[in-house]
Amino acid sequence: MNEEIKNTKDLELDIKNLVVEYRTPGGVTQALNGLDLEIEKGKTLGLVGETGAGKTTTGLSILQLIPDPPGVIVDGSIKLAGEDVMLKSEKEMEKIRGQQVSMIFQDPMTSLNPVMPVEDQIAEVIEMHELGEDGKPISHSAAILKAKEMLELVGIPGDRGTEFPHQFSGGMKQRVVIAIALACNPKLLIADEPTTALDVTIQAQVLEMMKGLREKYGTSMLMITHDLGIVAEICDTVSVIYAGRVIEHGTLEDVFDFTRHPYTEGLFNSLPDLDHRENRLKPIKGLMPDPTNLPKGCAFCPRCDYAMEICKTEKPPRVYRNDEHYVECFLYNEQNIKEGGLLGR
Amino acid sequence: MSKIDTNKPLIEVEGLKKYFATKRGMLHAVDDVTFTINQGMTLGVVGESGCGKSTTGRAILRLLEPTGGSVHFDGQDLLALSAEEMRHKRQELQIIFQDPFSSLNPRKTLAETIAEPMEIHHIFDDKLKREERVLELMDTVGLARRLMNVYPHELDGGRRQRIGIARALSVNPKFIVCDEPVSALDVSIQAQILNLLEDLQEDMGLTYMFITHDLSVVNHFSDDIAVMYLGKLIEQAPSEELFAHPTHPYTQALLSAIPEPNIHKKTQRILLKGEITSPIEPKPICRFAQRCNYATDRCREGEPCLKEISPKHFVSCFLTDDM
Repeated sequence: MNEEIKNTKDLELDIKNLVVEYRTPGGVTQALNGLDLEIEKGKTLGLVGETGAGKTTTGLSILQLIPDPPGVIVDGSIKLAGEDVMLKSEKEMEKIRGQQVSMIFQDPMTSLNPVMPVEDQIAEVIEMHELGEDGKPISHSAAILKAKEMLELVGIPGDRGTEFPHQFSGGMKQRVVIAIALACNPKLLIADEPTTALDVTIQAQVLEMMKGLREKYGTSMLMITHDLGIVAEICDTVSVIYAGRVIEHGTLEDVFDFTRHPYTEGLFNSLPDLDHRENRLKPIKGLMPDPTNLPKGCAFCPRCDYAMEICKTEKPPRVYRNDEHYVECFLYNEQNIKEGGLLGR
Repeated sequence: MSKIDTNKPLIEVEGLKKYFATKRGMLHAVDDVTFTINQGMTLGVVGESGCGKSTTGRAILRLLEPTGGSVHFDGQDLLALSAEEMRHKRQELQIIFQDPFSSLNPRKTLAETIAEPMEIHHIFDDKLKREERVLELMDTVGLARRLMNVYPHELDGGRRQRIGIARALSVNPKFIVCDEPVSALDVSIQAQILNLLEDLQEDMGLTYMFITHDLSVVNHFSDDIAVMYLGKLIEQAPSEELFAHPTHPYTQALLSAIPEPNIHKKTQRILLKGEITSPIEPKPICRFAQRCNYATDRCREGEPCLKEISPKHFVSCFLTDDM
């Protein structure tokens, strides 16, 4: 039944059972352990998790940019608008990156070339992918003109394009990075913690701008973040990732109002509540498991307040609450997942 | 330990200034900042990068020598002390740094790091006793005793931050400047450290100055909140009052910009124009005027000063004059 519904969805990104390892002399880091991810056309998915959960590895896998060695994609498939990127040659990937999919990296301070004017950095992507009106590769001057338009689009005066990154503030640098990512009007935008390095008032400006651009161009988005506040603001669906697997997935409403997985509950409880400042925080005990030595059963078991014997030895099955919302946890079966009430939240 | 009287000031800062000479002129990092922190209380200091919150913390401890103003600790003028006397005094005033990755000596083991302040201040010159104290401190901050001889690179951020806390506690301070102690940590670990700091305050009667850019954390953690903008303290109030009645236009924008993990609450976001201006040789006008949605000619002609608009609620804005 679930299969049927999935087939009718118009998916921009469809990742199935992705397994990625980093093989080093010190051991094998199991970064992704059977990750499933879906983004419908024009929608935004929030990928939420903590340091080391595999969020960035997911983004890099889609672009086939996993550093190899030591990174190896062991299993799974990644389909972009129905086409498997793992079957593409490096030449074909070059065409896809920047045009069909682009990525905004976390740190705007280090992702720009310090010795190149920003308009040239934007023009570089355009020259790489776009053709002029005559069908030949676009001329440099036409690309620069388009680059200036892109700058205006992200709220930077076009005549500042000849300046270098160090002449811009952090927020403006991130706008430049976004301009580069959007220059060729990609179908899918991967944003890896795009506002983490920015101050809150600037973050608000950048998020507001990204929302506007998304609507204007109908871009699908993968929003990688650790901030549930940003997810609430900008995403349609949410996947919570822990130790390289999605442990809970659903629409914004499913995950925020019908939280089922103990880890998701823990994430919410760790955040200070603005309306009840006296409440003591309820942190998740312990630390993330060592990815070179994951627990045999459920990866969250050692930190879970609800853990049972079976959690130690076996991997939890996926249980659906509705067509979209699922968790991977032994607490649930098809009956009680609909009722809820098992968690303290 | 002497009794904690939460009505008695421990830290009194008046007209504190810290300027840095740059090629383009004087950079006013902290400009005429005044506040007091009572015993056993927490003052949260918030603001965006470059607003001078860390510099204020460091100037109080004289890790940076203030350009002007005064700092009194328990009634004693800290700026009158010689460097040697100040070093001695720092037994009572400690700091926890933001980045647990760069604030620990990579060549010292965990136990050596925690013991170092005690060596400097000659507490427990007996080696065995000192070691005992280190183990005690490790228990206090939740570090397993078996980690005694490991080096910082072997530990994650949360544990490293616990070392920083144990090190600060080792000399039994009265006052601790917490300079963004949780901003480098994941949320689940962040909550662990915040709870630890709260427990320690309760148990040891500590007084905190808590510097952060995270407004939901500061709301949770502080008794009073001071908001800084470009070196100036622009609003200060008890936490509940500040969140209930933010009065300065910057504070209002700042609070409205917090992304809340709640899909039913739609806050009206106040978007600010542009970005923070330069703190180098600022003109004697309102420093926020350029980004302010309510700025009038008056704001571009003179500088507002801090006024008490309701008990314990201070604001520096011309708009409040009309209220």
